[in-house]
Amino acid sequence: MKLFHRTIRDLHQMLRDREISSVELTQSVLDQIQAVGDRTKAYLLVTKELALRQAHAADERLRSKRDVRPLTGIPIALKDVLCVKEVASTAGSKILKGFTPPYSATVVERLEAEGAVFLGKTNCDEFAMGSSNENSGYWPVHNPWGLDRVPGGSSGGSAAAVASGEAIAALGSDTGGSIRQPAALTGIVGLKPTYGRVSRYGLIAFASSLDQIGPMTRDVVDSALLLQAIAGHDPRDSTSSPKPVPDYLATLGDGVKGMRLGVPKEYFVAGMEPAVEQSIRDAIRLLEQQGASIEEVSLPHSDVALPAYYIIAPAEASSNLARYDGVRYGYQAEGARNLIEEYMLTRQQGFGAEVKRRIMLGTYALSSGYYDAYYLQAQKVRTLIIDDFKRAFTKVDALLGATSPTVAFPLGAKTQDPVAMYLNDIITIPANLGNVCAISVPCGLADGLPVGLQVIAPGFREDLALRIAFAFEAATEFHKAQSPLMGAAA
Amino acid sequence: MSAIATKYEVVVGLEVHAQVLTQSKMFCGCSTDYLTAPPNANTCPVCLGLPGSLPVINRRAVEATIRTALALNCEIPEFSKFDRKNYFYPDLPKGYQISQYDLPFSRRGHLDFDVRGAPCRCGITRVHLEEDTGKLLHEGAIHEAQSSLVNFNRSGVPLMEIVSEPDLRSADEAREYVMRLRAILQYIGVNNGDMESGQLRCDANVSLRPAGSSELGTKVEVKNMNSFRAIHRAIEYEVVRQTEVLDSGGRLTQETRGWNDARGLTVSQRTKEFAEDYRYFPEPDLPPLDVSRHWVEEIRAGLPELPAARRERFVAAYGLTPYDASLLTSTRPMAEFFEETVRLGGPAKASANWILGDFSRLLNADHKEIQESSIKPTHLQQLLHLVETGGLSGKMAKQTFDAMYHAPDPAPALAEAKGSSQISGDAELAGLVDQVIAENAKSVADFKAGKEQALKFLIGQAMKLSRGRANPQRLDALLREKIV
Ligand SMILES: [Zn+2]
Repeated sequence: MKLFHRTIRDLHQMLRDREISSVELTQSVLDQIQAVGDRTKAYLLVTKELALRQAHAADERLRSKRDVRPLTGIPIALKDVLCVKEVASTAGSKILKGFTPPYSATVVERLEAEGAVFLGKTNCDEFAMGSSNENSGYWPVHNPWGLDRVPGGSSGGSAAAVASGEAIAALGSDTGGSIRQPAALTGIVGLKPTYGRVSRYGLIAFASSLDQIGPMTRDVVDSALLLQAIAGHDPRDSTSSPKPVPDYLATLGDGVKGMRLGVPKEYFVAGMEPAVEQSIRDAIRLLEQQGASIEEVSLPHSDVALPAYYIIAPAEASSNLARYDGVRYGYQAEGARNLIEEYMLTRQQGFGAEVKRRIMLGTYALSSGYYDAYYLQAQKVRTLIIDDFKRAFTKVDALLGATSPTVAFPLGAKTQDPVAMYLNDIITIPANLGNVCAISVPCGLADGLPVGLQVIAPGFREDLALRIAFAFEAATEFHKAQSPLMGAAA
Repeated sequence: MSAIATKYEVVVGLEVHAQVLTQSKMFCGCSTDYLTAPPNANTCPVCLGLPGSLPVINRRAVEATIRTALALNCEIPEFSKFDRKNYFYPDLPKGYQISQYDLPFSRRGHLDFDVRGAPCRCGITRVHLEEDTGKLLHEGAIHEAQSSLVNFNRSGVPLMEIVSEPDLRSADEAREYVMRLRAILQYIGVNNGDMESGQLRCDANVSLRPAGSSELGTKVEVKNMNSFRAIHRAIEYEVVRQTEVLDSGGRLTQETRGWNDARGLTVSQRTKEFAEDYRYFPEPDLPPLDVSRHWVEEIRAGLPELPAARRERFVAAYGLTPYDASLLTSTRPMAEFFEETVRLGGPAKASANWILGDFSRLLNADHKEIQESSIKPTHLQQLLHLVETGGLSGKMAKQTFDAMYHAPDPAPALAEAKGSSQISGDAELAGLVDQVIAENAKSVADFKAGKEQALKFLIGQAMKLSRGRANPQRLDALLREKIV
């Protein structure tokens, strides 16, 4: 077993005991990036020098035993939508090529304060818009479980990095499933916190009312550790919650005995692969054996969540992406004869097809005369979805279902059909619209490809989602399964 | 003009943009100093609209907006929010402006003013808060410029928009409205009233309709008016232009026109066909605001006396005419100058006349405000005292005031006037001394008995008789001479 195979918790112990140094650990991960990086294409940028510098600093901290934190010396990958001071941050888009922010995201600052080591910026769908990572403005990412398969999206680079040993853990962002779905498709743990739990300051926005940053890790303990480090109020993000952050590790092992867990019947959607459904049903039974009581519940508006999402998210995106006009930073088209031409050429050349599609969708939905029929209607649907969850959570403590209706599909399989691609997110989107939190945890393999169990808990009950996921994980070996890319190095 | 006035009714509504006097910008901690700071010195990721940056509301700017709304008799709803106004322009770094659309901080108020003594009331539709844009500097004329520079120091400076109802019926009314509004903004300390530098900006919606009609005509929005005079001239110009179009059987187009002050006319900038769709929607980066009643009452309690109330008080307390009171209260510094002069002992009527007459004439000629003058209330009061006591003729007083005004320090001119008004001649003083000795036998006896104090009393009596003009040193000498 190599160092990069291990979890944060194990490595923390080893670092603390001076068994290994952070530089050794970091080098081990950098070596793995070197070995498999051209196959996964998980990174857009590897910040080797920065990583080694931070590793040295972490070793200093570990040596002096001064302020040693759970993440001190741990190599972590950052999705390219997160701003890191003086490190190129492009959100996977050509339009931000060459942009180096003069400041760091709040989560980045918090990880720095912990003494974490930054490996680099991971690939993603352009501006986090996509479910397969094929919309990256640079290149697609390949799934470590099958290089002809997509890793899911939009945090596909972070997922592939964690699943291939190219990072111990990673941060992703989730607007409609962008952490959970790639986590499920690559066999790792992905947590989407409740909106407001983690500061969005420095997260290059896709849809401001839905975006959340969250951990992507090898197991549930690591998820709790990483969330612990990044959660909490930030005066620079007015939408971040002042609610105190609980000690997630403290209740992690409390089990599910006596807990009521609901299974929304709507989540077994048409088109769900039988093998996926089987894994989920088995997982639910396992939790029942652990002492939880299982009951079927209904979230009646689940079927309109997807259309509402594809109004709200593009509407916000159309406004959020207006700033990329070539005037101040990033890509600027050449040869424009006037201002309007400069805008048009820059945006035509700088944005990819999916981003343009969503800008057009959103612009249309906000246009005068259509606003009431689309945007306002979608907001009303959002309220219904919030109410669905509230009602369900009066009966049960948490909800269970699949994360994705399918396992990782072949690259190119859905690129010609946007709607088929959008349907990938059908079971993840309601959690974003409903202001709740959700975690995806590995629950088996179907035809050799990972399946994820989704646990949805009420708003700001990440402790509960983690506790249920941990109970499941502790009773299974699924999270220990390694992708061929990672296993081969063992 | 009179024929025009009977045929068509003029309908004017005004949109006034006033920068809020806060230390820091609307949504970030940057300084609001954009007039003197080097280009782009006062900027940060937030006001530059860098990817990932988020706005945080400046509570002081919200407070100033509510303060303004209360001074304009507006309702303050309990629930308010910010919205995004989307459009592309290089001075707008995010591609949208954070503004307020359907739930502004206030609505339904009014402003009272008068035009040559006749009372007027204009409805206030709303007062809302938004962020200012950056500023472009073109290389040459905008349509020919080969390059433009942009300075984001002004980007994100808090800006209030005060929208009036279309209640104004003439250029005179429009000008008076803006003057009164400016006075209020200065009174409550939310804006410095500087129109030239653009800290107070005004756009006018001007339309005509047949006299007696209640429907609104096609409106024209006039921009770029940088002074009260420009507002007046631009509206007068539009009224004549629109009348000519209508009289010749033409139709007016809904458009935006810019006022060209040098040429004295308005020029079409864009027509309604190209009007932008701003795609307003609630700003997702800022939670809606609950405006607590407690907070509103706290702000209300902190409001100073406003011009209208002060005018009423000036009429009641000082016996001024409503017209004079209105002029005196048109700016806070002038009203305070007047009150201080009176407090120091200046007669109210004369103080008002001097401030509104000679003083204002001199200030206007220099384009200065009263607080910029070296003449302070104490100087005016002392001058008035000399006039009142008879030592200074009206003509002399005017000359003295002129000298005081033009000198960096008014004291020498005032002292000279005092000197020239003093009675020092022994012949003139002899009569006074005789009278005082005759009328105060006991004090004379006391002094003879050695009480120095008694002589002081006698000098005082003589001063009183001379209404302060006698030279006290000479009186002292003459009294000693005569009594002994
Ligand atoms: Zn700033």
